[in-house]
Amino acid sequence: MNRGVAITGMGIISSIGNNVEENYQSLIAKKNGITKIENFKTIQSDSIKVGEIKIINAIFEKLLNLPKENNYTRTALLAEIAAKEAVKNANIKDINKYKTGLISATSVGGMDKTEQFFFSDENKEKNKKYILSHNAGDATKKIAKSLNITDFVSTISTACSSSANAIMLGARMIKAGKLDRVIVGGSDCLSKFTINGFNTLMILSKTDCKPFDENRTGLNLGEAAAFLVLESDKIVKKENKKVLAYVSGYANANDAFHQTASSENGEGATLAMNKALKVANLKATDIDYINAHGTATPNNDQSESRAILRVFNTKTPSFSSTKAYTGHTLAAAAAIEAVYSVLALQNQIVFPNLNFETPITETNLTPETEVVTKEINHVLSNSFGFGGNCSTLIFSKV
Amino acid sequence: MKNCYINGVGSVSAQETSDYETFLENYKEITTNITTVCKPNYRDFIKPNRIRRMASGVKNGVVAAKIALTEANLDSPDAIITGTGMGCTIDSEKFLKNIVANDEQFLTPTSFIQSTHNTVGGQIALSLQCNAYNVTYVHNATSFETSIIDAMLMLNDDASKILVGAVDEIGKQTTEFYKEAKIVKPEEIIFKDGLLNSKTKGTSLSEGAHFFVLENEKTTNTYAKIKAVEIYDILEENKIEEKIHQFLKDNQLDIDTIDAVILGNNGNVEFDCIFNNLQNGIFKHTQQLYYKHLSGEYYTANGFGLYLASNILKNQEIPEIVKINHKENKSLKHILLYNQYRGEEHSFILLSSC
Repeated sequence: MNRGVAITGMGIISSIGNNVEENYQSLIAKKNGITKIENFKTIQSDSIKVGEIKIINAIFEKLLNLPKENNYTRTALLAEIAAKEAVKNANIKDINKYKTGLISATSVGGMDKTEQFFFSDENKEKNKKYILSHNAGDATKKIAKSLNITDFVSTISTACSSSANAIMLGARMIKAGKLDRVIVGGSDCLSKFTINGFNTLMILSKTDCKPFDENRTGLNLGEAAAFLVLESDKIVKKENKKVLAYVSGYANANDAFHQTASSENGEGATLAMNKALKVANLKATDIDYINAHGTATPNNDQSESRAILRVFNTKTPSFSSTKAYTGHTLAAAAAIEAVYSVLALQNQIVFPNLNFETPITETNLTPETEVVTKEINHVLSNSFGFGGNCSTLIFSKV
Repeated sequence: MKNCYINGVGSVSAQETSDYETFLENYKEITTNITTVCKPNYRDFIKPNRIRRMASGVKNGVVAAKIALTEANLDSPDAIITGTGMGCTIDSEKFLKNIVANDEQFLTPTSFIQSTHNTVGGQIALSLQCNAYNVTYVHNATSFETSIIDAMLMLNDDASKILVGAVDEIGKQTTEFYKEAKIVKPEEIIFKDGLLNSKTKGTSLSEGAHFFVLENEKTTNTYAKIKAVEIYDILEENKIEEKIHQFLKDNQLDIDTIDAVILGNNGNVEFDCIFNNLQNGIFKHTQQLYYKHLSGEYYTANGFGLYLASNILKNQEIPEIVKINHKENKSLKHILLYNQYRGEEHSFILLSSC
């Protein structure tokens, strides 16, 4: 077995909590964060439900001590809250004592601000300061500056698998000795752009989403940010660091089927899961819990179920999608679910798949629907996105 | 460290670079503040029914990728890695404009689907039916450089042939805002005395797509070898020289062994001084080259820089049009590329001839 790269800190903000502890409490209390949209006006507000964080930007700006004339988008605000928690949790006092990098992920970027002034004259003047914060790299640059990380700073955007690839690159760079420490994760906020985009694809649920259910109704969009601190064995040993879990496997494959839809037999997903197992030097039977992508769209859950059956055959381990708690947080989803995977390992708990009633006829897979305590040594987490991007991460117990 | 050879190069830019049998023969210096690409014959590369639906960045990306793959005689790479500073600006603007104009009603999905940053990488995978590793970097002016860093990590691991590229396209509304923010020069006619003598703020915006096949093995089509790539998001101006010295030293070289340095001067008086200081400092005795008077500026313009460096090393000849100064002609062994954008996102790329 390959022990992998150490996770020494994590931070998160989602619709079910403003930090790691609050998220954990909501998960075991089966408390979801799916509501009507309140923070901004959209004509879709009565027809959809979302995983919205009920804190407005002005409060975040105060919490982060930002100057009045800042040009933080909501993606950047969420990112900085979560990244700071992760660094604090890892007990890092001097970030530049070791060669430290930052790899973040986003799909929305600064679109939440751009959409307010780009084609509308009335808000133009006061919003001009957001012209440059539109770029996907902007939130990453802001947290890099605030954490004083100057050298290797990058941003990934592979739609809904983005932050899985950020975690993967971070782990690879540490393994290759290019970095000693790297903060990896992702952030996406809700925006009219994404709400309307997914609405045109007719995959938004009017009610609480039901992952892996025969009668699933589509996805709930969500907003969130999460970051992990990965550190080399050298730092862990030298600083006597507490290791939360290990990133032991990772893989990225492309479905090469359709720009937005997944192939019926889950080719890309199967390739990603098998390759991740190979990198971790594990067998399918070593996996104790799958945190599935499980968006609750008809297409994803069918395709992912097929892929799970192809990889795990009749011995499918406990699995669940936590998207019924948080909504689908797009580029942040894999980082959110990485935090949940680590919590599952630390607490030896499988989190339930909310709202599930009936298995999908064709694949007949039943996720865990209650909080289950069991021995968990390895968790496999899936994230798939537009453009055929399929990524799988494996987390292992200390 | 395993070797990283450039074995295929495809480029669509403001010059006729998509005509891959020639190298800057009929160049035109950029004189306007906004320049679109010199369009390739898309029908030679993409099915006509698909051309219609693709925005220019996607089309140019697919064309550049296909040229690079053909040159390297490669059907299916072990990874497809794409860098883009702005992503699919045209489709993003189109979808957003419809949201605003129609008050979130009567929308169709096409432009939303094509607005995601990874559209180019996804489309290349689709057209090649390639299930391999596929990722897109979106970090302003180091998007492309991070892509190469990732590719080199993979080549050092279990991959042997990788398609790496850079794409950016001009979005109309974004450009208007960039003009207002003085990132792009407002005047129609600029660079009367050449880009290097520009005395005004802002740059000349352009677009392009550049793809490269990077492999472990040398072939008869090898252009050059990438020795190392490094990025610094923030670098104090007085530390740049020191970092360049260190970068070269890490690769067993020094300034005197560099046969040419390719700089990213873009005609913005505010930030070109960073290049000027190096030109008059550590690179004083080095053959200095520039290219943004031919490519224009965009976040992934250094893709043009790498296209230039690859061809120079392969041909062992420097076109006069890219020379800043004139040093004695000798054999060209090592080329260093240094780029920065608005004082941040610094990158070093070191190439050697084969």
